Amino acid sequence: MAGKIATRAAYGKALVDLAEKYPELVVLDADLAQATQTKLFAAACPARFFDCGIAENNMMGIAAGMSTCGLKPFTNTFAMFAAGRSYEQIRNSIAYPHLNVKVVGSHGGISVGEDGATHQCTEDLALMRQIPGMMVVCPCDGNEMTQAVEALLNYEGPAYLRLARSATEIFTDELEGYRFELGKGVTVADGSAVTIIATGIMVAMARKARELLAAEGISVRVIDMHTIKPLDTELVLKAARETGAVVTSEEASVLGGLGGAVAEYLAENCPVPVVRHGVNDTFGRSGTAAAVLEHFGLTPEALADKCRRAVAMKP
Amino acid sequence: MEKLYGKDLARKAYKVRLSAVEAVHRAASGHPGGSLSCADALTALYFNEMNVDPANPKWEDRDRFVLSKGHCAPALYAVLAMRGFFPVEDLQKLRSIDAHLSGHPDMKYIPGVDMSTGSLGQGLSTAVGMALSAKHQGKSYRTYAICGDGEVAEGQIWEAVMSAAKWNLDNLCAFIDVNGLQIDGTTKDVMPTEPLDKKFEAFNWHVIKIDGHDFAQILDALAEARKTKGKPTAILMTTVKGKGVSFMENQAGWHGKAPNAEEFAIAKAELEAKIKELEEN
Repeated sequence: MAGKIATRAAYGKALVDLAEKYPELVVLDADLAQATQTKLFAAACPARFFDCGIAENNMMGIAAGMSTCGLKPFTNTFAMFAAGRSYEQIRNSIAYPHLNVKVVGSHGGISVGEDGATHQCTEDLALMRQIPGMMVVCPCDGNEMTQAVEALLNYEGPAYLRLARSATEIFTDELEGYRFELGKGVTVADGSAVTIIATGIMVAMARKARELLAAEGISVRVIDMHTIKPLDTELVLKAARETGAVVTSEEASVLGGLGGAVAEYLAENCPVPVVRHGVNDTFGRSGTAAAVLEHFGLTPEALADKCRRAVAMKP
Repeated sequence: MEKLYGKDLARKAYKVRLSAVEAVHRAASGHPGGSLSCADALTALYFNEMNVDPANPKWEDRDRFVLSKGHCAPALYAVLAMRGFFPVEDLQKLRSIDAHLSGHPDMKYIPGVDMSTGSLGQGLSTAVGMALSAKHQGKSYRTYAICGDGEVAEGQIWEAVMSAAKWNLDNLCAFIDVNGLQIDGTTKDVMPTEPLDKKFEAFNWHVIKIDGHDFAQILDALAEARKTKGKPTAILMTTVKGKGVSFMENQAGWHGKAPNAEEFAIAKAELEAKIKELEEN
């Protein structure tokens, strides 16, 4: 186990490490290079770094234009100002022509903490998932993030990559048989009574919830669904069939994101109880990351409660 | 292709106008007004200025063009078809469910279209990206765009304008089609965007003001833009919305309305008379 790192830090390092191997990689930022960690790339490859200033919409358009000239642009800003402010630029200038632009939304979810609701984007996963042909990726730890960045460099098409602000434990490097592939979820731990399908920082919490429930004799399967779109429906279906109940968990609104995707799919293909764990259709608020997560019930304990509920609903 | 000049360009532009109006008439929808006002600039770009290869539309060293005011697609499509990017007959299937000529330019399906546009305010940013790529990759191609004078009310245009100056994109040239009209009326009433020359100058662009229906002035301005170093060029061209069709000229009502059979017959006769006149003299 390699300790703790924020996925944004792993991302910033990955860009630098991959710069030489991928000369077409160019990095754009909107005056947040410190926070998004693209400052590392800017220092290493100044000629391939473009600070667009506080003008996210223009940054998306510039990236779209660059991608038509054979470059591989990664745009960077907070999730709020990428998926939120620039939703339409991403839709019309990047996704509609299916251009090879990677839109990176840092500081996603509520664990942004102190900055409060204006900077806590809980809608990004749902917004980006709505766009036809848009891939949506939210890695769970630093190791997975590193692999996701290279996989996205090799993927031709538009994608949204969500980064988290706070440092979290790295664990996928120690998972037996772990292999990262876009669009393929990872079974982190097996179980038989209920499956938690989690994304981002909630995967680590799902592992803790699994331990809490094991003490009660409830066997929990945990899936790391790093790619929300396209959803790994095969793995979702298998989990629903084999465990008979599903709980989704994401640091995002329960409306339309991972929970929405799983519920929509299972309702039509294998209707088992699905309980969504996330932020309940409300704005965030200021506080330390830990306090905010606690306030909104994004904890292993609250997730365990959702699992108990799902199990109780089984016929 | 041999470059066209003077009267040959003017005649070609009137043929573009006729095709565009006919396509909008057949589609029973579309935007004739702005298509007619920017037809001369488009014709000058594709039949004189730009280095493109219709046989190889994605040629990596080609000059790029972005129609930021994407609703003027009928004029762009007519120019592209006449330049040989796709069959001229296709123009009659504008906006049709079984054709590739969508209401607004779609780079995925239409040969020669360098960027999908239509949502106003976004195109110029993509042109900045293309020009910036050329600088970054050490390529000599140039990038052109046409924006509307109503469109520049969009804030993103000024973000793009600022950034083009930051990176000294002297390989970028944007026409502003100053026809003074938009859907709800005059730009003066809806949202005054003038003085555009002072605005662009303040944003560190080179500014050239011309009559957008005078080919000598258009070609001179393009040549001046090519010679301008260190900054992008804005060509502010005064135009007549609906140019060439008497009842459409200077009428905001013809922004996005298709002529019916009777109206089209009049438009056709007027445009054909112009073409004939330019052939004879």
